[in-house]
Order: sequence, then structure tokens, then C-alpha cells
Amino acid sequence: MDIEAKVKQIVMDKLGVEEAQVVPAANFIEDLRADSLDTVELVMAFEDEFGLTIPDEDQDKLRTVGQAIDYLKEKLG
Amino acid sequence: MGLYFAKFSAFGSFAPAKILTNQDLEKIVDTSDEWIRSRTGMVERRIASKEEAASDLAYQAALNAIEASDVKYKEIDLIVVATISGDHPFPSTACLLQHKLGLKGIPAFDVSAGCTGFIYACEVARQFVENGTARNVLVVGVEILTKITNWTDRNTCVLFGDAAGAAVISRAEPTDISRIIDIKLDADGSMGDYLIQMAGGSRLPASHETVDANQHTVYMEGNRIFKSAVKSMYASSDELLKRNNLTSADVDWVIPHQANLRIIEALADKMKVPINKVIINIQKYGNTSSATVPLATDEAIRSKKIRRGDILLLTSFGAGLTWGSVLARY
Repeated sequence: MDIEAKVKQIVMDKLGVEEAQVVPAANFIEDLRADSLDTVELVMAFEDEFGLTIPDEDQDKLRTVGQAIDYLKEKLG
Repeated sequence: MGLYFAKFSAFGSFAPAKILTNQDLEKIVDTSDEWIRSRTGMVERRIASKEEAASDLAYQAALNAIEASDVKYKEIDLIVVATISGDHPFPSTACLLQHKLGLKGIPAFDVSAGCTGFIYACEVARQFVENGTARNVLVVGVEILTKITNWTDRNTCVLFGDAAGAAVISRAEPTDISRIIDIKLDADGSMGDYLIQMAGGSRLPASHETVDANQHTVYMEGNRIFKSAVKSMYASSDELLKRNNLTSADVDWVIPHQANLRIIEALADKMKVPINKVIINIQKYGNTSSATVPLATDEAIRSKKIRRGDILLLTSFGAGLTWGSVLARY
């Protein structure tokens, strides 16, 4: 499974949202109704899935589905 | 390895009578029962009265633990209290407790390791017992955080409660099945600012300004701490199990620090431990800091969930930052 598909799956599992909602522009908090702890849990799930560490200062850059996919592609690329 | 082995003889606990519910908090700050439940798992917590201080709670928990053990009062030969909200900056709460118990003539001191305090105190006790210096150590985790809570900060004021938990740690006889198998402690001082009581020490002595700025209360960046909490409790538990040739499947009960239900669930998930093997009482007490682990353990023993011979994994995380775990056969 590619990075994009894995990220979408994690977002669906963690936030309990439908695939159709998980578009690149979807903001985790504003559009997908994540609370502040959900965003931390998402980052932890990305770390576990892709075997990398996302520093606290980078966490704030991952506000949308697209930003998360781009960030992970760059780190893993 | 010491000359002897140490064991948990018994646990005890005490919580103040007054209950503060989420609904009560709705009247104090802009929050809701739903918000608190979904983010923390907490439903209610206990609040000390104006007259109750840490040593009062510690005394009740200590009596409770000693009575549950085979140890007589006069056989206690060391008192270690873990607290960050003692009666006074000094003398230590352990000394006040020693006096209340009428145990003049034995050493007594406090350990400061935030919410990991009880785990740290257990390691101190274990070392004293294993090298033969002490035979029965009274270890108490006690906290009255509601008296150093910032009641204008809705992100933190809903989290804390007051309680004390105690254990008697004794020399294990060769025939005992009970034994503290191993303990691992850790700290990372570089992250101290995330969870701190800013004023009242030598860095920022008490003044009208520090009081006005609420700097004598708990400051916490919960979202930053969340990830560290899960990762560090997992790492310490994992290493403790590995170096003793055990896996999480060998553990009968995990007793984690009760800071947030979602931290507990994330930890159980990472450890691959089913949630029904994790002791959880956060809904009743909130975060009582160094008291959570002994309080939860004591409740689970008295409700006959935990039985003699069970393998226990106690793990905690807190200000410092500090973290650590205890592996024991109860």
C-alpha cells in the first residue's frame, strides 16, 4: 500500500470518518472534527506505521490530510 | 543484585470524602461533562477539605497499608513519601507522617519525582531492603494537587484530584512467592518546562506578583506531554520485561499512572495488552499524581482482582520529566 492510502486508512480509523471526507484539503480539526489529542494520536499512529519520529516542532505542520501525506513522502522519499 | 529480595507486603489508600463531579466543574469554569469525559475519561474526583493536608491523607493510607500487612508498627524502619504537594516546602511530609505514626527514631524523607514519585520511592525502598539496611519500608504517594491548581485554566483544573496510596515493602523470605522482580527509573530534565510549578522556590520566590500571575499553580502543556507519556511508559515497561525474559503476555495486571484514559488506552494498545488486564479507576479519582498507582493497586487488591502470586507491572510518568516501571510478583 502506498503512503497516501496508508495515511487515509489511519485517518479513517482514528477519527471515524468516511473515505470520501478524507480529501487532501481536509483539515483534521476543522473539517474532520479531531480534538487536540486526536491530532497527537494521529501523529503517533503515523510514527508507528512508517517507523519514523515526527518531532514536536513538525507536528504543527501537519494540519491537513494533504500536508501529512506530503510531509511523510518527503521524509520517507 | 542485593543480599536479599524485597516484596510488597501490602497496599493501602485513602481519599478525602468530598466528591467534585464534572457537573460541579461546569459551574466553576467554561467546560462540559462531555468535553472532560471524551478527553480524559474522568467523571469525578476527590477534593481535600480546607483542614486536610498531605500528611493527613498519608497517615490514613499508611494505617490502611500497615493494617493489611503482617508488619507491626514498630517493625517499620524507614519512611519514604513521594509528593510534590506536601504540607510545607520543609520539613518533609515524611517527617510529619513519622510523628503522626509515633515512629520516632527511624529515618524519614520525601522523594520528588512528580507523578512518577511512587515508582521512584519504591526503588529507594527496594534498595534499602535488598542491601539489608531496612527490613520494612513504608512508602507513600500522596498529593493534594487541588490546592495548587489554577482554577482559571480550564485545560488543567478539571484533571486533578486528591488522594494517598501506600505500600509496605519488606524483606522477602526465601519461601515467599511475593517479590519485586525489577525496577527501571528514567528522567529527561530537558523537558521540565512542560509540566511545572513555576514559583515558590529559589528561582522565583513567592511575591505578590507571582501570586497574582497564578505561578504557584500547576502549569502543563498536556498535548506535548501526551506523546512522551505513552512512549516513555511503553519503553520502560518494554525494557523491564525484556531484560527479565518476559513478555506483556506474562503480565497479569498493568497498573498505569491515571493521568488520562486515552494515554492508558494508547499504552495498552502499544504494549498489546488487552484493556481488561489494565487497572483503571481514573473515572472516580482523576489524576492524583504520585497517588494514582498505589491507589489503583490497592483498590484492585481489595476487590480481589489482584491476587497473591500475580505478575504486576506498575508504570508511571510525570514532571521532571520522569518515568519508570516496577515489575513484581505480588
